[in-house]
Amino acid sequence: MILGAAASGSLDARDKISVRGLEFYYGDFHALTGISCGIKANAVTAFIGPSGCGKSTFLRCLNRMNDLIPDTRVEGKLLIDGRDIYGEGVDPVDLRRRVGMIFQQPNPFPMSIYDNVAYGPRLHGMKRKAELDEIVQKSLERANLWKEVKDILGRGGLELSGGQQQRLCIARVLAVQPEVLLMDEPCSAIDPTSVQKIEDLMAELKANYTIVIVTHNMQQAARVSEYTAFFLQEAAGEAAVLVEYGRTAELFTSPRDKRTEDYITGRFG
Amino acid sequence: MMDKRVANAIAMALLWIAAISTVGILVAVIGYVVWNGIGHISPAFIFTWPHGVNAEGGIWPTIVSTLYVTALAMLIVTPVAILAAVYLAEYAKQGRLVSTIRFAADSLASVPSIVMGLFGLALFVEGLGFGFSMLSAALALSFLMLPIVMRTTEEAIRAVPKYIRWGSYGLGATKWQTVRRTVLPAATPRIITGIILATGRAVGETAVVIYTMGQAVNLPVTPLDSGRPMTVHLFLLAMEGINLPAAYGTALLLMVMILAFNLAARYMLRRNRRMSR
Repeated sequence: MILGAAASGSLDARDKISVRGLEFYYGDFHALTGISCGIKANAVTAFIGPSGCGKSTFLRCLNRMNDLIPDTRVEGKLLIDGRDIYGEGVDPVDLRRRVGMIFQQPNPFPMSIYDNVAYGPRLHGMKRKAELDEIVQKSLERANLWKEVKDILGRGGLELSGGQQQRLCIARVLAVQPEVLLMDEPCSAIDPTSVQKIEDLMAELKANYTIVIVTHNMQQAARVSEYTAFFLQEAAGEAAVLVEYGRTAELFTSPRDKRTEDYITGRFG
Repeated sequence: MMDKRVANAIAMALLWIAAISTVGILVAVIGYVVWNGIGHISPAFIFTWPHGVNAEGGIWPTIVSTLYVTALAMLIVTPVAILAAVYLAEYAKQGRLVSTIRFAADSLASVPSIVMGLFGLALFVEGLGFGFSMLSAALALSFLMLPIVMRTTEEAIRAVPKYIRWGSYGLGATKWQTVRRTVLPAATPRIITGIILATGRAVGETAVVIYTMGQAVNLPVTPLDSGRPMTVHLFLLAMEGINLPAAYGTALLLMVMILAFNLAARYMLRRNRRMSR
């Protein structure tokens, strides 16, 4: 694609994640083409674009979640810490522990708050009660939920409010000590007060994690992220491209591409 | 042209009559059995043995035989049905093979029970040499229950939302970990409902057990003991006009047991609905 080079962010050795010439297919449908970018550690990177522009699809490439969808195919290189995650000998199950994911719909398991957070550590073999207690408390504290739930850890996770559920899901991911957090429209199904809490949380968490967030809300992207990537599918049935990628402040104030400008000024999408 | 208001009234009346007949039939059947059977029910009827040529006394061994064979069939069918359902819903590549298996299960569910009894007689009683026994009857009954439990389990597994599985995969769970720790626990209430419904079916089954358990009034202890389930007892008493009051008493107890199973299934479903809200 013509855009590939121009749109790509600087490919830098310090990038946590670097993507080169990624193509993605759902069966016969070519969904993403020529995606190249570098995602910085300890920063929030936002993916924006109209619905159906492939931003969530791209996000799911980063932890191979798309492997779970039948008939999908990836080409190109996707490196995390310099290692190709689609390369030989990479176990997607291990990868997903290192690259955690928060979904649009808060999805606590139908079990207690404690068991929700302990789920991941238990999967990976942690059994001792004292160790589990400690990691559950630490994870809930980091997700700013501990104070609200410390006396009701035995209650069902589904009894919490939507915003609390989403923070529970964040705590659950933090409990497996990932390096990267992928958030797929984490605020679109919860109330405004909770959105504020989750945005604050992201600002705190980026000190220790690489965060990538997909959002349809441009204000949110502008508030929370240091870097922004704008995706666009120009016509129905065509593969989506990464139109522009750069520092959030620059992308929103002086976009280099006409299409980015049209999108952020609300002319389409 | 008929006045549309008249047409409306007639339609309403027909619908109402149809609906009321359904309830009416149920009430008539239950009422008839209760009316004839209630006078015969007593602790002695439940807990003592029949005696004499006219099967006077109680029906205790037949109750034990029924519960014994049902429990045994449930133990046999549950693991097989659940494993098969997990395979179909989670592991099998959706396609020809899976739809064939599903079609086979549905057909198995509609095999007349007397045919299943005949098959049980040939395979378990004679072929495998289990004789007329609890084991033969339980195996034959499990064939009848298998498709019910398997299909309800499959539906229950499919009803577990995709995003809950994704949450598990997203934490680095393998497929089996996700199935065992998340999907099956979430599906459990509906699976239990399926098991209870199938069990109710087994309790009321006559044709299968008459060929596989025998008719001897006997208190079964080991799985290779024979016995006489309540349904067969009822059939023999009524067909040969030996002791109609005892037949009605047995019928009433049988209905109460099946009703209890169905109520239990409804309770599980309700509780499940409340929990998933």
